[in-house]
Amino acid sequence: MNALPLILTVFVACAVEAIEALTIVLAAGITREWKSTFQGMAVALVVLAAITAVVGPAITYLPLTALRLVVGALLAIFGLQWLRKAVLRATGYKALHDEASAYLREVSAAETAAKESKRGVSDWYAFTLAFKGVLLEGLEVVFIVITFGANQKNIGAAVIGAAAAIVVVTVTGIAVRAPLTKVPENWMKFAVGIMLTSFGTFWGAEGAGVAWPGNDAALLVLVPVVGLVSAGYVFWLRSRKGAVGAPARQSEVLSS
Amino acid sequence: MNRIKAFGAFWYDFVIGDDWQVAAFIVAGLGLTAILTHAAGVNAWWLLPLVAFAALGWSLYRATPRK
Repeated sequence: MNALPLILTVFVACAVEAIEALTIVLAAGITREWKSTFQGMAVALVVLAAITAVVGPAITYLPLTALRLVVGALLAIFGLQWLRKAVLRATGYKALHDEASAYLREVSAAETAAKESKRGVSDWYAFTLAFKGVLLEGLEVVFIVITFGANQKNIGAAVIGAAAAIVVVTVTGIAVRAPLTKVPENWMKFAVGIMLTSFGTFWGAEGAGVAWPGNDAALLVLVPVVGLVSAGYVFWLRSRKGAVGAPARQSEVLSS
Repeated sequence: MNRIKAFGAFWYDFVIGDDWQVAAFIVAGLGLTAILTHAAGVNAWWLLPLVAFAALGWSLYRATPRK
């Protein structure tokens, strides 16, 4: 298969995660101090690189059928969760992820926390905030890079997509020195959810033993069909919401 | 103990997410696909996409208020 769909899918997925990590890093750096923030970021990146270096090559030793079955199942579950959130957000049943308000929440917490030096880090709060933000968002990037790369036997292309996304988001963040609020995050998540679900379903079914009609070309049909069905759910929920006239469930509004 | 619980909760949330039934649908769909393909000789490529669409629809239905 051409590496371009792989690179583009990984790029968009990683850009979404990088935007969320950037919001946390900016809140830590601007409110607290940049040195400890960069230290936290650097340690998280080292941990992520180590995970990729260990798990990436190890996973390629699995037999391809087992790899596709397990990774396909994980990607399909992951993709459906992304799609679920994106559909609920698109229909107003769940609050849109708002980088501006996420930034303000982090800033407010960072302003009230006490400054404490620990283990050679001058501001432990800024360090841990940046470390956790980059590590948690980065784990999703690592998961996508490894699963897509290993299945396509092209981890290099997946790494290129991820690295390009991180560079683009970081450079843009440095240029504007503010959270990237103008990015249509929900629609990017919607698109990524469609791709993850399509690839996960495709590889999972292959791992279970099926032969897709047209082999890899089946993805050219599967991706638009998943997109159409998801769009259909958006229309269904919108019309249902209009008929019911009920507010979003509180638990869905509050969860991220 | 709390750290182990938190570690487990993190991975559960990371992999399974907000609705465990979606994961259950996919695992069941894969199992059924494997049985149909290997035991019954049916090339059931169409089954998993249908299961995925059903899982998403069911999960959305449960996540939103009803009349």
